[in-house]
Amino acid sequence: MSAVLELVEFDAEGFMNDAKAWTPEIGEAIAATLGITLTNRHWVVINFARKEFTEKGEAPSLRRITKTTDVDTKEIYQLFPGGPAKVAAKIAGLSKPTGCI
Amino acid sequence: MVANKLAPVLDPEEWRIIIVDRDETHYYQPGFLFIPFDIYKPADVVKPKRNFIPRNVEVIMSDIEVIEPEANRVKLMRGNQVIQYDYLVIATGSQIKPDEISGMTESGWRKNIFDFYTLEGATALSRFLKFWPGGRLVLNIAEMPIKCPVAPLEFLFLADWFFHERELRDKVELVFTTPLSGAFTKPRAAGVLGDMLAEKGIHLEADFNIGEVDNSKQVIRSHDGREIAYDLLVTIPTNMGSDVIERSDMGDELNFVPTDKHTLQSSQYENIWIIGDAGNTPTSKAGSVAHFMLDVLIENMLRHMEGLEPLPKFDGHANCFIESGFEKGILIDFNYDVEPLPGKFPLPGVGPFSLLKESAVNHWGKMSFRWIYWNILLKGGEMPFESQMSMAGKWA
Repeated sequence: MSAVLELVEFDAEGFMNDAKAWTPEIGEAIAATLGITLTNRHWVVINFARKEFTEKGEAPSLRRITKTTDVDTKEIYQLFPGGPAKVAAKIAGLSKPTGCI
Repeated sequence: MVANKLAPVLDPEEWRIIIVDRDETHYYQPGFLFIPFDIYKPADVVKPKRNFIPRNVEVIMSDIEVIEPEANRVKLMRGNQVIQYDYLVIATGSQIKPDEISGMTESGWRKNIFDFYTLEGATALSRFLKFWPGGRLVLNIAEMPIKCPVAPLEFLFLADWFFHERELRDKVELVFTTPLSGAFTKPRAAGVLGDMLAEKGIHLEADFNIGEVDNSKQVIRSHDGREIAYDLLVTIPTNMGSDVIERSDMGDELNFVPTDKHTLQSSQYENIWIIGDAGNTPTSKAGSVAHFMLDVLIENMLRHMEGLEPLPKFDGHANCFIESGFEKGILIDFNYDVEPLPGKFPLPGVGPFSLLKESAVNHWGKMSFRWIYWNILLKGGEMPFESQMSMAGKWA
């Protein structure tokens, strides 16, 4: 694991415990552990997710991301393979999206 | 329910209560689940709404064109009528939107692709199943959140029982595709319910976000490229709030109204209150939740009328019977902070209902609930337990 992540605390599912402790470098390092190299397009999603989290206290759903940013569903699956909303939240240092109740 | 609660306590000299509704019929939506399996008939789940409306409440049957919260008025479709309000309670619910998924409503819709969240869908599926010789039944949840998140599981458990009864179970493959990572949203219940799926021979395809339906090949495809073949597709399409919320620009990306999750007041307008699945409160979109919201909402509206602050008393309490087939059921009880736990309900240690565990008593609880619903709940009556969740009688 990268040195940047040594002092970062994660929950059992790999989401950061404290979103405030996040830095872009930590984001890069988390992405690397997931096999993702961040591009400008990734940052569109990550920055949006962080902004939403700050304003609303939770990570945005997939639908919210694709409806609000110019990243569409097809692209976001290429950017964040697996569950894009979950993976993006992980990289952005946010807790798990609560879209699922 | 709100009108039934408010009518006796508001002075008719000072207040008028008006219900605007587009449908004269009330649907017992939990009953839709039983229609495909011929346990209920359509007549079991409908009653005229007028049976449930108190005398001093006006009713206007009309669609709503638009709500104008800045002007405190509602414009109706019928006769271009305009209603000014001091307080507005929004109970516009949620609905399925099959058109949100590419290909869903094309060639197969209600031929070999069905929903059971509408009376029409459930009835059409009932007719289809009557003579279905068997094959691969795929149950798909398109997107969360959905109304009554346990209903898809119940459908599968009942399907397992139904095909057993008809001596077709060996000819039917049951597959469950869900965007969730497991059988349910809450980890402990997901474990128990996931084990039950496995015991019943139901295949779980998790993390499956449907991208399109291709009915020419009879497959559904996920956004990450997985393909699942079906003979019969039963879908829970995307659930969204009412179109009037979108027209009024009052909703989030799914047309759910932003709501304070503890006071049930609108996040934007202090004289607007939201009950049930019309709002974006992060709890289950289930009837039990609307019932538990009721007392908190009424108290907070009455407090607001007296110039007092609303109290943050709603805890997200949900309570769901899960029909598990073969005349058994499971009961789960949870809120915003506490996931479903095992134990007894409502009396600690006594029950009679068992939590997070199959029992015949739970099944009979579910079946008698229809009577309670029509005769007590819709009229604003009380259940013998508090709206807030209790930890008594549960073990973590």
